Amino acid sequence: MKLREIAHSRSGDKGDTSNISVIAFDVGDFGFLAEHVTADHVAQHFGDTITGTVTRYELPALGALNFVLTGALGGGVVRSLALDTHGKSFSSALLEFELPAKGASSGSP
Amino acid sequence: MRTIRIGSGAGYSGDRIEPAIELAESGNLDYLVFECLAERTIALAQQDRLKDPQGGFDPLLADRMKAVLSICRKNGVKIITNMGAANPVAAAQATRDIARALGLPGLKVAAVTGDDVLEQARASDVALDEGGSVKALGNRVISANAYTGAAPIAEALAGGADVVITGRAADPALFLGPLVHEFGWAMDDWDLLGKGTMVGHLLECAGQITGGYFADPGVKDVQGLARLGFPIGEVREDGGLVVTKVAGSGGQITRATVIEQLLYEIHDPTRYYQPDVVADFSQVRVEEVGPDRIHVTGGSGTPKTGLLKTSVGYLDSYIGEGEISYAGANAVARGRLALEIVRERLTLTGVKMTESRFDLIGVNALHGDALAEGRDPYEVRIRVAGRTDSLAEAVKIGNEVETLYTNGPAGGGGAWKSAREIVGVASALLPETVVTSSVTFMEA
Repeated sequence: MKLREIAHSRSGDKGDTSNISVIAFDVGDFGFLAEHVTADHVAQHFGDTITGTVTRYELPALGALNFVLTGALGGGVVRSLALDTHGKSFSSALLEFELPAKGASSGSP
Repeated sequence: MRTIRIGSGAGYSGDRIEPAIELAESGNLDYLVFECLAERTIALAQQDRLKDPQGGFDPLLADRMKAVLSICRKNGVKIITNMGAANPVAAAQATRDIARALGLPGLKVAAVTGDDVLEQARASDVALDEGGSVKALGNRVISANAYTGAAPIAEALAGGADVVITGRAADPALFLGPLVHEFGWAMDDWDLLGKGTMVGHLLECAGQITGGYFADPGVKDVQGLARLGFPIGEVREDGGLVVTKVAGSGGQITRATVIEQLLYEIHDPTRYYQPDVVADFSQVRVEEVGPDRIHVTGGSGTPKTGLLKTSVGYLDSYIGEGEISYAGANAVARGRLALEIVRERLTLTGVKMTESRFDLIGVNALHGDALAEGRDPYEVRIRVAGRTDSLAEAVKIGNEVETLYTNGPAGGGGAWKSAREIVGVASALLPETVVTSSVTFMEA
């Protein structure tokens, strides 16, 4: 199952740092998301695209996770050589993340 | 309990004009805010001001003011904007002149200044977050602007301004200013300042909360994006907020659009640093209370740090780029061959680049090869981009892509090239005492 089947996402930029929110369509899926989309997973998913660290923040009441990726924007939005200098498309990249089938874990009914 | 209605008329410098007209006419507004400054904009504007002492403000200021000034006067709507960029006083004078031409005598325009801290930054030789210092950048530094807060905006409103024009005010402060003025919120009431910051944060990107930057056909459908309505915040004296829009306008405001925008450009949700407060969005609740009416509660704040984020603009480098497209069977292979040819040519001809990229648009330009999973598109566009120390070197990069027309793989079409100077922006933290804000009034 792809992440996009149970969550939506928006990415934003500050300097060379990107943040990517992951928001469950159903807030009841928050536990499943929190279990299966960790900072390490996100770092692996983006691979060489980012050169810094990934930090995860949790907002359970909103069913949301917020990932902060440093060294993600080619040295910063104003000087990056990248086609998408803002990393606006990172949200779509993260939604391609592969999740285990729901029910395969204890995180969700 | 009193409620103030604030509309958001622009989410960035180049944003659409008509949604603000719709808000001014039909939004039953008290305030209309235009947020038009990005990180680099003010550095570029500073360069314009050096060329023309009456320049350096937003190029669309006249268009926006001509579109809404008369309507706002008629409906009693006050305007707040950071379109002053590097020259708020000249922007205020231009607005005053437009008001005169439109026959709006007595319209009071205020310019807020003090965010330009170039001399202070040079004197303090402040360290940059990206490494290095202002002193090390030397005469490459072209601007330093501190993010300023709500107090001078509230002061301008207290002085009777109908239009308030700032430079590098923090985006949410454009919304917090009128709330502080209207409700008399104390500048050390961290909880209310945090709530007001949340109002500003949610509204400042305009269409991004009303269904813009959200639509995904079949997954997250949004109607009427070509005539997307911009948002209105109904803000109560206790900081409570309902986000809505003009009935009949395009787009939608839902729990999902609001949550996406709440987390947009946020790092630690418990610590959103602003000049006036450290806002905390971690306990926010979002509830639909009607069609396109979302009630947002739970924002709060903790004391400000006393430090102001400061954007330092500097002459960084040059970027040269070139693109050309291939289609049909084997398009990706021809694109890859084209990239290899350009790579070899740039070496053969000795083009001096400090950094470069060789992308296949349609395959790996956005996120690299791993995520493309080997899916071959019908058409592909190659893109070569390189950083150089001179414009002359940058020009050569696009030229080497263009010469693929007659010297490269079969069927290359639609070549494009560019070379440009890059103004970089670095960030520093300066003590708030370096800023002395002042308000200049003028009347049409």
